Amino acid sequence: MTNGDGGQTRREFLMRSARAAAAVAVTWAGGAWLWRRGRRTGQAPIAAGAVIPNFSVPSAGKRMAIVTGADRLKTVGRALEGVGGISAFIKKGDRVAIKVNAAFATPAMLSATTNPELAAELVRLCLAAGARSVAVLDNPINDAESCFALTGIGEAVRKAGAQVIMPREGLFRRVTLAGGRLIRDWPAFTEPLARADKLIGVTPLKHHSRSGASMTMKNFYGLLGGRRNRFHQDINGIIMELAQLVRPTFVVLDGTTAMMTNGPTGGSLADLKATNTMIVSTDPVAADAFGATVLGNRASDLPYIGRAAAAGAGIADFESLKPMRARV
Amino acid sequence: MRSTIARRISQGFFLALFLWFCIVSSVGMALWQLRGWPVDWFLQLDPLVALGTALTTWSLPGELWWALVTITLTLVLGRVFCGWICPMGTLQQIVGWWGNRRKPVAEMVALNRYRPAQGIKYIVLAVLLGGAALGLLQTGLLDPIPLAQRSVSLVVLGVVDGPLAWLAVAPRHYEESVLLGAVFLGLVLMCLRIPRFFCRFLCPTGALLGLLSRFSVWRIGKNTNPCHDCHLCDRYCEGACTPAGAIRTGECVMCMNCLDGCAVHATMTYATEPSAGGVDDVPDVTRRALLTAAGAGLVTVPLLRLTGRGSANWNPGLIRPPGSLEEAEFLGRCLKCGQCMRVCPTNVIQPAGLQFGASALWTPALNNRAGTSGCQLNCVACGRACPTGAIRALTLNEKQGRGAFKAAGPVRIGTAFLDRGRCLPWAMDRPCIVCEENCPVTPKAIHLEEEFRTVRGGSLTVAGVTAGTLRVVGASLVPDRYATGDFFCVLAGSGARRRITGNTESELVLDPSARWTARPAAGAAAAIQVRLQKPRVDSEACIGCGVCEHECVVNGLRAIMVSAENESRSDEHALAVRTKA
Repeated sequence: MTNGDGGQTRREFLMRSARAAAAVAVTWAGGAWLWRRGRRTGQAPIAAGAVIPNFSVPSAGKRMAIVTGADRLKTVGRALEGVGGISAFIKKGDRVAIKVNAAFATPAMLSATTNPELAAELVRLCLAAGARSVAVLDNPINDAESCFALTGIGEAVRKAGAQVIMPREGLFRRVTLAGGRLIRDWPAFTEPLARADKLIGVTPLKHHSRSGASMTMKNFYGLLGGRRNRFHQDINGIIMELAQLVRPTFVVLDGTTAMMTNGPTGGSLADLKATNTMIVSTDPVAADAFGATVLGNRASDLPYIGRAAAAGAGIADFESLKPMRARV
Repeated sequence: MRSTIARRISQGFFLALFLWFCIVSSVGMALWQLRGWPVDWFLQLDPLVALGTALTTWSLPGELWWALVTITLTLVLGRVFCGWICPMGTLQQIVGWWGNRRKPVAEMVALNRYRPAQGIKYIVLAVLLGGAALGLLQTGLLDPIPLAQRSVSLVVLGVVDGPLAWLAVAPRHYEESVLLGAVFLGLVLMCLRIPRFFCRFLCPTGALLGLLSRFSVWRIGKNTNPCHDCHLCDRYCEGACTPAGAIRTGECVMCMNCLDGCAVHATMTYATEPSAGGVDDVPDVTRRALLTAAGAGLVTVPLLRLTGRGSANWNPGLIRPPGSLEEAEFLGRCLKCGQCMRVCPTNVIQPAGLQFGASALWTPALNNRAGTSGCQLNCVACGRACPTGAIRALTLNEKQGRGAFKAAGPVRIGTAFLDRGRCLPWAMDRPCIVCEENCPVTPKAIHLEEEFRTVRGGSLTVAGVTAGTLRVVGASLVPDRYATGDFFCVLAGSGARRRITGNTESELVLDPSARWTARPAAGAAAAIQVRLQKPRVDSEACIGCGVCEHECVVNGLRAIMVSAENESRSDEHALAVRTKA
């Protein structure tokens, strides 16, 4: 080897060594960055819980109206007047969310789901009161698209000017009810509510095998995601927690045609009875306490009513609200 | 000392050490059983284990930093891991040498020529890393250390020790032994035809080190001494890296055989200078092929997600060892190395077959029918053996929900479900309760409901009574059938009951320590009843250990079976609401 070659080789050797050293340095730096003492880095922290806003309107007061009559559009209009008129709740520019009960892909005449004309009427009333937008939503038990199609709710509310929000995965967030035992770090259909100023719940009055009756508080079960059927093991507990978690602007309990048996699905006209009652209330506990009587129960027969009242979610003694009563 | 001698000593040492670690991964009192040996060490040295885990978890858990040593060695000295340490490489080298030892030089030179198919291993690497980038770790399928570890631990030791019974009291069983054995045997025996078949064509770890070795400071090559083109360097070239021509540094496994072959001319060197014969240190695959392969690896993840096995369509038959991470995280860490299956004292941890989906192949799953007694309450061996923390290293307190873990409760791996149509007391009026007796938790998760049931043909008419016997009308009883102590004679009217201690065809012998309160009259109705204790499962107490299933007397399709419902690692699989802090 000549001296010249030696110089060349030495430079090459140095270059190669430098590259190798750099690679070694990168390897160890990366290793140090990634290294964790112990084999496991601990459970992932529970994601910060989303919060469902309180949609109640304190200025409107605690009010309730019970209107009898067979025509839903008339009874709901009269009942809304009875609680102070829609404009007491819906202000100009409000974005309104309406939680319907679209749980099953069954026709409206079976009354297992919110009556489409009633839902559409609420949409129209909100828009007439100046609402900027109305979003109709539910996370049904059956396939969501089929539910909104077969119940007729989808078409009716879209025609009335609302948007139907399907329960897409991305619209769920994990929620935790402060002091709750069941609703902890649980996925809920919260994103449409985060974008709303007001929330209305509208639901048919139904028998429910497990809880006795499915009414306005139970309607908010449809905001839960995940394997929510687990909560049936403590149905009164979950309805009580839902009543604490979801504070709607007002609720509409449609007892025009009540499902007296085989709830919550029903499936036969023989399960239904014309009870001709429409309830509008700022207090879901009070609405349900009265609804229980329409189904032939006492409020005390349904443990969740007393428990929700005790938890501060509302008033079980609905008469103390001095409900407006009317017939149309 | 010649470098090849040193290499052989090194290979022999590390192969012996590896086999030793496989053998000692066993719980017991013997000196050769687990005594703090670093049995994970080869897995920790494996750079593909570290890189794969780093990609799936963005961390380098535990002792995987040892891989940095291997990488450093490679960057300085070349692929010495492959040629001097890797037990899979050594096994292949031995078999390849044995199979080809009598072949003439020309044939050997041809055998050890470079083949373009050696580029396949880079494709394999790219596919596996593509999957790992999206969280699915499948490197263990072909990574030589996990491959050798599970093959030796589960199959080789099982086959050798089966008849000898030195290592295990009862023969070990592994459901996937045929496929595991076929793959291992196939790969090793291929070396009879082509030396280092697996290393040259398939090994993803070799591919990874091959990519790194282009930076290595010392390499094999030619010096400027004249080369006589004798090709003796090619004769025993393990890497098929063409030392006689422009050396393919990435393929060179540092076997040093070329230095021996060239002893006369002393042209081959291991030095810092680039080879005078030229260097080709770029792998023989196009960048496009590598990118395509990595893309294909990426696509496997959404493809597997489409099966729904990770969500609604999960398979409750897949019971993971206690401490296992939630399934997606688990599959991001499990190497399929088989250490948990080897160490499990009861042999209940089995390599999963394809029944749990392609991504779960050879990952640990409990089969309570296999092994000696379900998952032992006072054992945490599997989590201690897991090199990557796919199974967390639990303490007994955490596993059993004691001490600081009282609020969290025990680690559940599933729940026992009773099939009342198969259970002897429930379906066939036979006393049993082996499941209840074996339930290891306190209080027992299996509790009993007592019932006295009139046996088939047990409705009788009293013919006469003495102090200690009751004669019945007819002679239809099977003598002494009711003498077991589980049968009672009950009078229809009063419901008074006395234990039967023996019987003839027409007479019941009754427990003399009891008396009838009112002596039954002839013609009165009586019945023979069996006392049954019918098991029920308390899902809050059950941890899914499977001892009940293992012990169930209905030994085909068990009357009590554990499935993964309510396993702690998944909130989705809970039965009841879990109250979280």
